[in-house]
Amino acid sequence: MLVARDLTKSFPSGDRTITVLRDVSFSIADGDFVAIVGPSGSGKTTLLGLLAGLDTPSAGSVLIDGVDLAALSEDARARLRGEKVGFVFQSFQLIPTLTALENVRVPLDLRGDASAESRAMELLRRVGLADRTHHYPVRLSGGEQQRVAIARAFVNSPRVLFADEPTGNLDHDTGVRIVELLEELNRDAKTTVVIVTHDLELAARARRMIRLSDGAIVEDRVRAA
Amino acid sequence: MTLRIGALAALAWRDTRTTRRRLVLSMSSIAIGVAALVAVDSYSADVVRSIHAQARSLLGADLSVSAHRPLPAPVLAMLDTLRAKGAAETRVTTFSTMALGGTIEGGGKGTKLVQVRAMGAGAPYYGVIETSPAGRWSELQGGENAIVDSSLLIALNANVGDTLSLGYARFAILGTLRNVPGDVGIAAALGPRVYIPDRYVGATQLLGFGSRADYESLVRLPATLDADAITKAHRELFDSLQVRSQTVADTERSLTRSIEQLGRFLGLVGLIALLLGGTGVASALRAYMSEKIDAIAVLRCLGASGAQVVWIFVMEAAGLGLAGATLGVVLGVGAQLVLPHVLGSFIPVDVEPRFEWIPALSGLALGTWVGILFALGPVLGVRKVAPLQVLRRDDDGSSTGESRSMWRDPARLAAGAVLIASIVAVCIARADSAIVGLWMATGISAAIGATWLAAMVCARAARRLARLPWRFVVRHGIANVDRPGNQTRAVVLALGFGAFLLGTLALVQSNVLQQIASTADASAANIAFFDVQVDQANPLDSMLHARTLPVLARVPIVPMRIAGYTSRKPKAPERPAAHDSAQGRGTDRARPSWAVRREYRSSYRDSLASSEKIVAGKWWTTPGPDADGAFEISVEKGLAEDLGVLVGDTITWDVQGVRIRTRVTSLREVQWARFEPNFFVIFQSAALREAPQSFAFLSRVNDDGARARLQRDAVQRFPNVSSIDLSLIENAVAKILARVSLAVRFMALFSVVTGVLVLVSAIAASRRQRVRESVLLKTLGATRAQIIRMLFTEYALLGAIGSVAGILLATGGGWAAVHFIFKTPFSIAPLSLALVAAATMLLTVATGLFAARDVFAETPMAALREV
Repeated sequence: MLVARDLTKSFPSGDRTITVLRDVSFSIADGDFVAIVGPSGSGKTTLLGLLAGLDTPSAGSVLIDGVDLAALSEDARARLRGEKVGFVFQSFQLIPTLTALENVRVPLDLRGDASAESRAMELLRRVGLADRTHHYPVRLSGGEQQRVAIARAFVNSPRVLFADEPTGNLDHDTGVRIVELLEELNRDAKTTVVIVTHDLELAARARRMIRLSDGAIVEDRVRAA
Repeated sequence: MTLRIGALAALAWRDTRTTRRRLVLSMSSIAIGVAALVAVDSYSADVVRSIHAQARSLLGADLSVSAHRPLPAPVLAMLDTLRAKGAAETRVTTFSTMALGGTIEGGGKGTKLVQVRAMGAGAPYYGVIETSPAGRWSELQGGENAIVDSSLLIALNANVGDTLSLGYARFAILGTLRNVPGDVGIAAALGPRVYIPDRYVGATQLLGFGSRADYESLVRLPATLDADAITKAHRELFDSLQVRSQTVADTERSLTRSIEQLGRFLGLVGLIALLLGGTGVASALRAYMSEKIDAIAVLRCLGASGAQVVWIFVMEAAGLGLAGATLGVVLGVGAQLVLPHVLGSFIPVDVEPRFEWIPALSGLALGTWVGILFALGPVLGVRKVAPLQVLRRDDDGSSTGESRSMWRDPARLAAGAVLIASIVAVCIARADSAIVGLWMATGISAAIGATWLAAMVCARAARRLARLPWRFVVRHGIANVDRPGNQTRAVVLALGFGAFLLGTLALVQSNVLQQIASTADASAANIAFFDVQVDQANPLDSMLHARTLPVLARVPIVPMRIAGYTSRKPKAPERPAAHDSAQGRGTDRARPSWAVRREYRSSYRDSLASSEKIVAGKWWTTPGPDADGAFEISVEKGLAEDLGVLVGDTITWDVQGVRIRTRVTSLREVQWARFEPNFFVIFQSAALREAPQSFAFLSRVNDDGARARLQRDAVQRFPNVSSIDLSLIENAVAKILARVSLAVRFMALFSVVTGVLVLVSAIAASRRQRVRESVLLKTLGATRAQIIRMLFTEYALLGAIGSVAGILLATGGGWAAVHFIFKTPFSIAPLSLALVAAATMLLTVATGLFAARDVFAETPMAALREV
């Protein structure tokens, strides 16, 4: 269960304060597939950062499996991410000095998990890159890089996966395949998926859509089955 | 064109707006090399200027005439003639002897080997010998007085006003020396100086037969006489009598040459620091240019030509080079003030530091030029960035846009050629001659090339390490060393070179000291007595026996000179000295070598010593001369080479006026390092037994106190006899080595600081990528401790590669120096090397973690924001 309670985020800007998010509250059930949409500057990425514990709110709280992120130190939040959270970024964010396989292993390696190698291989097979395991990111296409990033996001069997514009840098067909992959993993692994996007076609595939505007929720609807 | 260049310059200036600080940082690695050069060159100029101003005081006279024996009659006649023309003349006699604190009858306080300078009235004519209390020099000639080095007072536990015994004479200590013009500070390391009036030398009874002394006459000339003309006119007379002459111009010339050589050697280290800084600049510029690909592509889209792009960045490099060089000049002028403290004890003049324009301006020009030259490679590499890059570019951040191979790019090849030509030109400009300059350039290239190669090999080994099943943080840290744009090579090159210089120095120092210590351990003897006269030999022998001390050797010493010799050695240069005369100095080329002119102290015996080995001919078996009337001699191999004599050649010796004809029947190899009297030439006993001679005695006294008591008692009974304690030699050599290595270490510091700056600028150059990556790792669950461990591993490895590369080379360099220069066996000093390695690693890790500290400050949110 992922819960956001009265989340507010403000930044000082010169002698003024800009409020990017204002009293945002919702809860997301385990295994759900949620899209957060809205125009540029509506606060989508800020909200995602707060939900994942990458940043701390000015007010309000976030609970993952009942644990209040605000009560944790930065290192404790990092460990929680390592165990329960996965990420997919618009610009893939692979480490250029590591091969595909090594990139996928990173979250498990950081935990000292002995099964890293076999688990990473399994995930790369799932995303169709069993033959590209020893390639460096620079030798992979954009779609392949994003599939490596998805394999990495799922390698630690996260409770929640956050994806920030996962198809933003991909052509339409590749984007569709990536979304299908996310759906498949969501279905099979029962992982909660939260996607931030301004691509309405992609958002329409989610079971629930939260629309932000000017830092506040203006729509929160569940897709009819 | 002016306008266009102006516009391009404005564009270049704007382009650096966001990265100026970082670029200045990378250019500061040039600053250190410039600083080293400016400091050394300015200081050399200071010293040369001071030598010119003080040359007369350094010599103390207009003309000095000296010999290892009392000046012969023809020279004295010449001096009389000069006096008749209005010249003033006085004498200085210099010799070593034992000084005894207190009086012989009073039992004495202690003994010490000293250098006595007996000064005639009026000496020196120029320059002031400063004393403490001040003004005591003028009282020296007033009676049996002495002015001494303060270290002697400490050694003898004596005070100003106490009595000092030299031989059979006693002197009142008037004061201590503060400054003697022409003496280098390190001079006292070989034995404290004692100044006494010349007229009391006789009273000491020290200059007996065979004693080594230098007899000098100082002459002050009236304005009508020219010292150089006088020496020129008497050159043949001086040469024939083995008399040396020196004028103010000679003094200035030889000192200036020595200083220039010292400056050239230290400048070499500075030049290397500058070139290491240059490689750092090239490396930082390459990383910088990779960030500029987009900007260049946009400029190209807007119509900029490749040449214009190059101009923009060359102007940036020139501006930054100028900034770095300016900083270097400022630092160099500061370091110029420190150098006297480091080098002062080798410099015979009082130096007034002054701002020197020529070194400063040439440092400025050289620094800027090096900045441009090393930037050219990376800048030319991106001139062909396609405008299409605006639309499509690799996103891994590692692409520099450089064309794949510089070997196919004529412009970059030309830039490389200009770089090499510039290094050679700078070396030639700094050297005496083109040949020396070429050798310097080759040496520098070889040193940098070898460090680079060692760095490459170590980095490749590290890459393999990363494949081993370490923990992730360690593996990742190791892999980082190999990260694109990480400038591993530049960093390791700079660090490795610093470690190389320091390591070589440490090895040479420890080997030389160890050699002396092991000589002391291995030698049967640890105390030697010299100048023992014939009538003193038996009493000294009895004195040792009475104390149950062994007489390990009783060696006769006979002073002599070469009167003439024949050489059958093929291609030996024609010697004017051959055929019965050691004279014949006309021009420098025809001047007989020192080997011919020097005074020999030879010995006689009929058996080979354990420190000798026959390498040619054979040792004599008969006691007397051959049918020809020539006695047999054995000559040391190196001397035989210098003289050009072979087995079978004859040498005629002048032994105190008696000619002795000899034939070389064997050549010997001699282990000079052993603490025992070794000789260049050994005679058949029958040849010299009746010749005037003195003896050297060797003994061993294990207890330090007993050794000191023996020295004191021997001096009391035989005041003219000098004794040397082996531990004193060890101390003197250690002291000199410590001074020399301080100077070299100071210069090596410039390389080390350059290394640190290259490291800091390398970290700054890849900061963006580093922050992005560590933030990403934090997002994926890495804790701060894990990030620190990764960075620690990376820098520890960089430091390790640098120190391993440096130490490997230092071992080679140290071996070469010890083997070729000191000619002693080489052994590795693991502790010294480990210290250098540990210091290099510590410095690298500390610098790395400090410079990368903002990596920890970024929140993971940045990973989401960066698209």
